[in-house]
Amino acid sequence: MERFADEADVVIVGGGPAGLSAAIRLKQLANEQEKELRVCLVEKASQIGAHTLSGACLEPSALNELFPDWKERGAPLNTPVTEDVFSLLTKKYRIPVPMLPGLPMNNHGNYIVRLGHFVRWLGEQAEELGVEIYPGYAAAEVLFHEDGSVKGIATNDVGIAKDGSPKDVFERGMELHAKVTLFGEGCHGHLAKQLYRQFNLRENCEPQTYAIGLKEVWLIDEKKWRPGRVEHSVGWPLNRNTYGGSFLYHLNEGEPLVALGVVVGLDYTNPYLSPFREFQRWKHHPFIAKTLEGGNRIAYGARALNEGGYQCLPKVTFPGGMLIGCSPGFMNVPKIKGTHTAMKSGMLAAEAIFPKVTAKDLASETAGLHVPEYEDNLKKSWIWKELYSVRNIRPSFHNYFGLYGGMVYTGVFYWILRGKEPWTLKHAGLDSAQLKPAKECTAIEYPKPDGKLSFDLLSSVALSGTNHEGDQPPHLTLKDDSIPVTNNLAIYDGPEQRFCPAGVYEYVPLETGEGMRLQINAQNCVHCKTCDIKDPSQNINWVVPEGSGGPAYNGM
Amino acid sequence: MSRVLVGVKRVIDYAVKIRVKPDHSGVVTDGVKHSMNPFCEIAVEEAVKLKEKKFIKEVVAVSCGPTQVTETIRTALAMGCDRGIHVEVSGKDYEAMGPLQISKIFAALAKKEEASLVILGKQAIDDDCNQTGQMTAALLDWPQGTFASEVTIDGEKVKVVREIDGGLETIKISMPAVLTADLRLNTPRYATLPNIMKAKKKKIATMKPADLGVDMVSRVEVLRVDEPPTRLAGVKVETVDDLVAKLKANGTI
Repeated sequence: MERFADEADVVIVGGGPAGLSAAIRLKQLANEQEKELRVCLVEKASQIGAHTLSGACLEPSALNELFPDWKERGAPLNTPVTEDVFSLLTKKYRIPVPMLPGLPMNNHGNYIVRLGHFVRWLGEQAEELGVEIYPGYAAAEVLFHEDGSVKGIATNDVGIAKDGSPKDVFERGMELHAKVTLFGEGCHGHLAKQLYRQFNLRENCEPQTYAIGLKEVWLIDEKKWRPGRVEHSVGWPLNRNTYGGSFLYHLNEGEPLVALGVVVGLDYTNPYLSPFREFQRWKHHPFIAKTLEGGNRIAYGARALNEGGYQCLPKVTFPGGMLIGCSPGFMNVPKIKGTHTAMKSGMLAAEAIFPKVTAKDLASETAGLHVPEYEDNLKKSWIWKELYSVRNIRPSFHNYFGLYGGMVYTGVFYWILRGKEPWTLKHAGLDSAQLKPAKECTAIEYPKPDGKLSFDLLSSVALSGTNHEGDQPPHLTLKDDSIPVTNNLAIYDGPEQRFCPAGVYEYVPLETGEGMRLQINAQNCVHCKTCDIKDPSQNINWVVPEGSGGPAYNGM
Repeated sequence: MSRVLVGVKRVIDYAVKIRVKPDHSGVVTDGVKHSMNPFCEIAVEEAVKLKEKKFIKEVVAVSCGPTQVTETIRTALAMGCDRGIHVEVSGKDYEAMGPLQISKIFAALAKKEEASLVILGKQAIDDDCNQTGQMTAALLDWPQGTFASEVTIDGEKVKVVREIDGGLETIKISMPAVLTADLRLNTPRYATLPNIMKAKKKKIATMKPADLGVDMVSRVEVLRVDEPPTRLAGVKVETVDDLVAKLKANGTI
């Protein structure tokens, strides 16, 4: 069956801060210069913002450049940061750490936002400018010209049954062709994986390292509500050799809402660690519990995030396309902010593409436009300077003293030298290679959820609103069906049962009684990408399910 | 044999966990994922199938509500409806809108558009009223084929197989008529991206209830909305004597 094909000037995959900023900037330039430009954006979530999840404290630098009048336009930046608190937690106590100006986590001038709502607002601005936005459609395939340059993307075929056969409602996906295709899939995008291999984009950088962020939103007792207050912590419940920390932000949008969560570096070594249960038990710490007591949890979600920074930046342009946002990974890890750099990368991409894509007689070597100017502009921009200055902070945790060594390094070298030290530390390598065999590690005794502050996994997943059409092939594919039991379970005690924040992976006894098998509950998936990153066998390959499936986050 | 009116309602998606507003006046809807009511999808599919089989010439998708419902109408257009009608209702009127007001709107539109059939979902998944189809038929004094699991056009009549408590009931009614779609009527098709793009070019007319002579005043006032009470843990007993003692203690016997 032939696929229907349509043509645009620019196609953008992903309706997050990077993709939308690129789309907006393109249309701003087109309208200023009175040029026609067809910009199409596809997004796998059912509505813009439904798959967006972040803390978040937004640094408005990129927004000020994109929309200097963002306040008049009603951008939902309603909570300026008023208090900034950093703690080192022990099991029972809290050691305050002074938030000196100049330290990367200092949030003066920033806003606590519900990123999903901010992204929704960006989507509205983009539509007003004439961007064609198509939520509910997933880009499943990269299309190539004969000369190997990128031609565009194709959405997935829908109406395929679990066993792979076509149902009555089977429909072929559609092809969207473009002169340039921007890939803004967010952290660890599935099409980006393909592009790295196809164009050898990672040959001169370190493999990306990641963390998983789990988040909840709570409606708390009004008496405990302090709008504008930002709290971060490190230490308990994670041990000094497991990178991670927590956040708790008080929003100021009418209701006493707090956004809180825990981030765990995916280079952890103990296969018995469960990021979800670390998050649940952290809430019982007296300093955290006192804010949450008497409150109600109203949302839950999780997403992987980049930790590699400068050392892990790949080549971002190739004939016919480019990578923007958290996909190549511009997150400033010690600041725990990536939205401002993602937006700026989208804007730089747009500014580099626009003159080329609207040029009357453009001589291009390849059928798909190659725009290396984007990468040159990135290197000259504040994104590069910023990432360069904090490049050694995350790798400084790889020492015997772990967290404490890292804090000393940050306090001494970053605060004094601002990253001007002449050396560049390396990361530890692939996250998936860091797990130690289960027999070398001790199982962690997690407390049972109490149903008031901490909760079980399945009721948490239900709050994410995630769902997928049941009768479709599972989108968590295994390269080799036997490896989960022979490798993951045998050597590492099935870590995917613990690192998946949605209960997708379960080892269940075989019906015949002897041995176990891996059961994949694909419908629960919240599209966090952690399994694709952390699987020690690198056997799990996350592909995109039918569009509209996945979480239904509201302002996460 | 010309025109079919199909009603489509925009409701909170069935997989989303709803939350009661702090003032107990309703549930939180802002930013929450919405989609077309599943039974309305089935109604659209049936209407489009009838058109494909050449029993009817035109399918008109109708929705009542604020601007966001135009997205729902677009989905219906992408599934194959020819044009849409958006009846604008917002604010307090929208919150108080119920089957009576909707059926008055549909009755007026059915007459205005000279429809031969009005096809609706049997009920909406948010209020579970299961009244609009029936009220519309009554206002128009038309026959009704509700809970349809099979629809066959036979000249000027419609044969409807209805899902009822005792099994299946087959009736034959004359047109014009009102039908409501039940789960097993069909499997709705996907709204593909090319069809969504084409749907942007199809027309959606906008009008107000007053243009149809409909008064939106509600006779029903919602006093309070609450979450269902949390289920209390049960108590396990070991012996019959224990059971009797506990039942006596809490005053049941």
